[in-house]
Amino acid sequence: MSDKFISIEGIAKRYGTTTIFEDLWLGMRRGELTCVIGHSGCGKTTVLNILAGLDVPSDGAVIVDGKAIEGPSLDRAVIFQSHALLPWRTVMGNVAYAVSSKWRRYTRAQIQAQAQIFIDLVGLTGAEGKRPSELSGGMKQRVGIARALSIEPKIMLMDEPFSALDALTRGTLQDEVRRICLTTGQTAFMITHDVDEAIYLADRIVLMTNGPGARLAEIVDNPLPKDRARADVHRHPLYYAVRNHIIDFLVIRSKSFAAEMTGKPFDPRHVPVVRPGVIENSSTPDAAARVA
Amino acid sequence: MTPSLTLRAALVSILIFVTFILAWHLATRGIGAVQQMDPEYAKLMGVTATQGKSAMPGPLDVGAKLWEHLRRPFYDNGPNDKGVGIQLAYSIARVGIGYFLAVLVAIPVGFLIGMSPLMNKALDPFIQILKPISPLAWMPLALYTIKDSGRSAIFVIFICSLWPMMINTAFGVAAVRKEWLNVARTLEVGTLRRAFTIILPAAAPTILTGMRISIGIAWLVIVAAEMLVGGTGIGYFVWNEWNNLSITNVIIAIILIGIVGMLLDLILARATRLVTFPE
Ligand SMILES: Nc1ncnc2c1ncn2[C@@H]1O[C@H](COP(=O)(O)OP(=O)(O)O)[C@@H](O)[C@H]1O
Ligand SMILES: [Mg+2]
Repeated sequence: MSDKFISIEGIAKRYGTTTIFEDLWLGMRRGELTCVIGHSGCGKTTVLNILAGLDVPSDGAVIVDGKAIEGPSLDRAVIFQSHALLPWRTVMGNVAYAVSSKWRRYTRAQIQAQAQIFIDLVGLTGAEGKRPSELSGGMKQRVGIARALSIEPKIMLMDEPFSALDALTRGTLQDEVRRICLTTGQTAFMITHDVDEAIYLADRIVLMTNGPGARLAEIVDNPLPKDRARADVHRHPLYYAVRNHIIDFLVIRSKSFAAEMTGKPFDPRHVPVVRPGVIENSSTPDAAARVA
Repeated sequence: MTPSLTLRAALVSILIFVTFILAWHLATRGIGAVQQMDPEYAKLMGVTATQGKSAMPGPLDVGAKLWEHLRRPFYDNGPNDKGVGIQLAYSIARVGIGYFLAVLVAIPVGFLIGMSPLMNKALDPFIQILKPISPLAWMPLALYTIKDSGRSAIFVIFICSLWPMMINTAFGVAAVRKEWLNVARTLEVGTLRRAFTIILPAAAPTILTGMRISIGIAWLVIVAAEMLVGGTGIGYFVWNEWNNLSITNVIIAIILIGIVGMLLDLILARATRLVTFPE
């Protein structure tokens, strides 16, 4: 288990007598992009907030790089679903705020220079002086991405970062996030409920069942190569097998998973890894792989 | 093409104003000799009795007197005869000092209440009881303890400005969006820096709304307070001119109080607009 950079170890979240989820285990390798997919309200944001240190689990712990996390850290940047820009600051002001929080001793010029790099990176050159209210949804989300990247985090946590955007903008930003994650070797954790987005971006896709008492049902090992291109994704021989498997999960199995599992052994510490469309040669180290 | 709304509104405003002045003029003008009397006696009685002239001054009297005041706003002929500018300056200074002291207390305490649910609950009963007390009810206590009428008036201004600012600050601080606070938390921003870079700008519009309410109340209260403590100030001026039976001066004071109040409100409205951010 030493290859786990992030390790979620038996976390639970309860509000009073309601258990949102419990006994959740998941490991993530360095440089890997993990997507979690599941229906609204199953507890995805709660998991991400616990990873960010913004929320504390009722039970269990999260280990990052060998240390249990205690609260938020500049090593873990969050891209919020609602972009969460400070409306009284400009684009430059928002990114500079993050930079100056990380490097307290930087001069004004150093802060601006670092912020400018990431504003340029997300394609907002020229819009530095604009306020969030003057930006389109896509541009706001770009600022959020620039702000998260500008502090050069070790981990990026993204809560449905593109769900509020139109399809065209979403595509562009997905390309950019993918490029940035690859070039900077980011370890990333992303929530989505867009199947194609998950397949295009993720190395592994975690399927979460409906709450209350949500579970991680399966981890889909994405067969697409690391250097995939958007235009070719759907031509991959296993693309439809993966896609159908996930949709099948979302439409049917996410509700009935508990019933499906009754009587069968289910070890929440070893979530089954599946490779839809692949005939397994039982050499998988993780667990008994299911074939869809 | 119809003229712009502003222009039409201005025209209606002027029309209302002219109608009012005209009605006022007609209502207060003399209607000629009402009865024959001995000229010596008539002299003693004045125009009110002899000409049917109303005791109420007309707009022309007020206008003439106002012009007189505006030409010499700052003369000082002893305690009972100062220029209206001096009196206004006294009032504005008292309001300024009392209000400034209230800002110094209300905003930090409001921050504390807004940031700490414990302090919010603990201080709530005190605020609820102290808030509805008429500020003038404090006056005897202030006079007794401070033993200075001017400072007592300042204290009364302080007390009446305090509550709206404190309550609005607390509300604004408590209502800062969770997501902005989360941004600060993920960036490991310390408490003090968070207070100044996130909470203050986010709550500023609400705080300034409270400050605007406070300045309005302070200006209402200063007139009454100065009537009570006497000596100087526009409130004292009103009372003094009433004792002199100079209704003209009373009317002028009323107009000036209105104008200064409007200007104070305008300043705070401008300041509010400066810190308001579009979302
Ligand atoms: N403060 C709270 N009190 C009670 N229930 C809550 C609270 N916050 C969230 N929940 C519940 O927790 C569940 C998971 O929420 P969330 O993590 O936001 O779901 P997701 O991001 O998957 O849509 C939801 O059903 C929500 O109703
Ligand atoms: Mg969510």
